[in-house]
Formats: sequence, C-alpha cells, structure tokens
Amino acid sequence: MNMNRRQWIGGMLALGSAALLPLRALADAKTAFKATSADTALQELFGDLPMEPSDAITFKVPDIAENGAVVPVSVATDIEGVQSIAIVVDENPNPLSARFNISPDVAADVSTRVKMGKSSTVRALVKTSDKVYFTTKEVKVTIGGCGG
Amino acid sequence: MAAEVKIRGRLSNGVADIKSLMPHPMETGTQRDPQGNLIPAHYIEKVVCFRNDQEVLSADWGASVSKDPYFAFQVKNCSPGDVIRITWVDNKGESSSGELVLK
Repeated sequence: MNMNRRQWIGGMLALGSAALLPLRALADAKTAFKATSADTALQELFGDLPMEPSDAITFKVPDIAENGAVVPVSVATDIEGVQSIAIVVDENPNPLSARFNISPDVAADVSTRVKMGKSSTVRALVKTSDKVYFTTKEVKVTIGGCGG
Repeated sequence: MAAEVKIRGRLSNGVADIKSLMPHPMETGTQRDPQGNLIPAHYIEKVVCFRNDQEVLSADWGASVSKDPYFAFQVKNCSPGDVIRITWVDNKGESSSGELVLK
C-alpha cells in the first residue's frame, strides 16, 4: 500500500513537471516578444548565457531599406549545434521580431521579411547549448514601416 | 477561414529548399484605420513545419514580421514523395496550413 502510494505520487510529480515544461518555454517566448528594449528581450531569450560576436554568421540585410514595411532578412551559419536563431531590431517598439527553433533536420539558414519603424541596428543571434553568437548590422530606413 | 500557406520547394541532394508565403494582415496594434480607430493587433505567433508529420522546425514571431510573411528554410534528409507541411497559429487563435509533396 505504502509502496503504491509512493509510486502514484512519483508518477503524478513526473506528469506535472512534464506538462509544465512546454508551458514555461512558451511563456518565455511571449515575454521576450513583449520586451520594449533589445537588452530585456535578449535577457528573456538567453538568460545568462555568454554572448560572443562571430564571423561565422552570414547575415543578409540591406544597408538601405527603401520601404521599412518589408525588409528582407536572412541568417545562415556553419556553427555546430545550433538550437535557435533570433532576429532583433533594436529601435522597434518590440525589438524581438522572430525566433526560429532549429532541429538537426533543418539547416541553420532562414529567411524572412521584417518591419522597421526607423533606421536601426539589427542583430542576428545564434544560440547553442552553451553560448550565444551574434552579429549586427546598421540598416537605414528611408520610409518607416509603422505607418510613419 | 484564413488563406492557405503557399509553399514551393526544390529537392537537390536530399536537401529541400523551401519557400513559403502566408497571407496574413500582421497588424501590430499601433496602426489606425482612416477613422482614427486603433486596429487591434493581429499577427501570426507560431509557425511549425513538418516533414511527413515529424516536426522539423518551428518559429515564434512578433507583430514586426512583415504583412503576408515570407519564410524560407532548408530541410535535410528529404526524399521524393516526402510531404512538407507548414501550419501557423495567430494571436486570435486562427490557423491555417499548406502542403507540398517533394518531387
């Protein structure tokens, strides 16, 4: 009887933590997207992981974006063990634009288009299990993408 | 019912080069309509890509991804006949998807 009860409690605990994990991950992403400064967004996304500039990231964004509503962004890297790639536009009201969760079945190479309210530093961040690598670019916007 | 995800892809040496378009307003919540009323935020929050029902890639987005999002990526270890499926869910709980059979 005692044994059974222990097993049951153990089982419930395991179930509970299994159910909580994905919820926590989702909550982290949501708060990071709501952050109003790039530093807060990075803190929410990566916590205390060490960050390091890297030449191994190919980051394609235009130097001058004629239309801030549609700025093509492409991030690719040869770094091993990539878990996720994030794109941050420092001057946007919510700087974090996108996070891509990379599995071993996809290349660490993603492209999309983002809005930019005004000229800004744009960062590409590549997360591995123990470090975050990044590179930045300055993009000049001639017509803002937020109704401006 | 939201518009279907449009997917194009080319398979070479086992790598599928996928390009997709998701018709969606991607409203940030800070724009106003011609009458001066705020247009509520309406944007895709989560995108998931599957190969034959196995999840291979997911993305979390904010409202600053451009209207009618474009998303390109590469899936490894693919063969002809594999099905690539992309689904999204937005902040209002609406969703859509699209499929492509690799040749």
